[in-house]
Amino acid sequence: MTDKKIEMIDVNKWFDDFHVLKNINLTVKAGERVVICGPSGSGKSTVVRCINRLEEHQSGVIRVDGVELTNDKAAIATIRSEVGMVFQQFNLFPHLSVLDNLILGPMKARGLSRADATDRAMHYLERVRIPEQAGKRPAQLSGGQQQRVAIARSLTMEPKVMLFDEPTSALDPEMISEVLDVMVSLARDGMTMIVVTHEMGFARKVADQMIFMDGGEIVESGPPEPFFTAAKSARCQKFLSQILQH
Amino acid sequence: MKILLALLTLLFLSSCASSDIWGWYVIDPTTKNGWINIKFLINGMGNTILVSLIAAGFSIALGLLVALPALSHRRWLRIINRIYVEFVRSIPLLPMLFWVFYGLPIIFKSMGLDIPIDPFWGAVITLALSDSAFTAEIYRSGIQSIARGQTEAARTIGLSYAQTMRYVILPQAIRRILPPLANQFIYIVKMSAFASVIGMQELTRRANELVVSEYRPLELYTFLILEYLVLVLIISAGVRWLERRMGADERN
Repeated sequence: MTDKKIEMIDVNKWFDDFHVLKNINLTVKAGERVVICGPSGSGKSTVVRCINRLEEHQSGVIRVDGVELTNDKAAIATIRSEVGMVFQQFNLFPHLSVLDNLILGPMKARGLSRADATDRAMHYLERVRIPEQAGKRPAQLSGGQQQRVAIARSLTMEPKVMLFDEPTSALDPEMISEVLDVMVSLARDGMTMIVVTHEMGFARKVADQMIFMDGGEIVESGPPEPFFTAAKSARCQKFLSQILQH
Repeated sequence: MKILLALLTLLFLSSCASSDIWGWYVIDPTTKNGWINIKFLINGMGNTILVSLIAAGFSIALGLLVALPALSHRRWLRIINRIYVEFVRSIPLLPMLFWVFYGLPIIFKSMGLDIPIDPFWGAVITLALSDSAFTAEIYRSGIQSIARGQTEAARTIGLSYAQTMRYVILPQAIRRILPPLANQFIYIVKMSAFASVIGMQELTRRANELVVSEYRPLELYTFLILEYLVLVLIISAGVRWLERRMGADERN
């Protein structure tokens, strides 16, 4: 439809009196990878959550693949079906097996048969390299495996855009790389991605556009090279020096 | 509990021998008359159980219907739920029973409907209404105990509100809802005794009728209490079994 997968124009959002997002402008083109970083409470998760309407914005325009987000339920459904989301806390369904977690969306929201949904689910479980865990409950898996299942669950809906909200922040250090590896391979395959993360090694590897947020504003944005080496604002320089020390 | 039962049995047996104060003969199964009385009393059990089961069924359905608006992000829907719960919860059962049994048919009539309410359905409606405020609260807390992330994850894979409830939230909430819901059944069973007042032939009504003709209130009401005790103990055992099963499920 359009080259611009996501467009945010002068988006503002308040939680009661708290102004969480201030005039956010962001454009993500098809196949582009955007990494958002910033201190906690800066509004970076809220940006991502507004894109698939887990949060409502109060002013400005958000378009996903040309469709504007309003209160129109049909539009929200269309957009959600095109946007996958991976959460910090995985949010797998604990009462269902890994396979049932994956086939629920395709069967109920897309109307696939159980056999087709299972084929598709196994394809994506292989993609995240844990097809052997299909029969287990989420609680029987490690954190890294659970997050890979969550990524596979999103992929079974075959989204055009993937949102990641701090996907590795709840993981033990030794499990971070297995999740990042999956994300890197997704990026290599041309998936449009917005990733909220502090994993700067990952950002350097895949990002086309870096965004630094603080106090609800986009303070700095641009391609990774000048961003990492020559950040313009003092706030961004300070933040980067703090997280790059580790 | 076992000691209490043993004591009561002892009291019963020792008093079956003739005495001036005790008159256990009215429910002595070894005499023809006593056996007839016992059968008469126990025959009320069917109605007590039936009215409780049907009322519980309605209450479980109605409770869910009342609980769902409480989970909405729309304020006016939450207010409707609050009004219902606070209002229904504050009405004592007996006045509500009178209102339903004597008052509701008049409302029906004024609307041109000819719906008679017999004691049985009067009791069912009252018990279900009264209990629904409590079951609604049980549903609400059970559903709210499921983390918000579950709803968000379900919505992001394209499930509708109804699908999210049915496939994601309720199957998880039910483990936390079922035990207190079963517990609530005990409340219904006990409250069904009030139906005796509008003439429903259940346990209490039968004991009352026999007291009038036999004039042995101590013995007959003791028997009545034991009947409820046995009934509730059986249900409690069922609830504990359910809790163990649910708990075992949760650990998996």
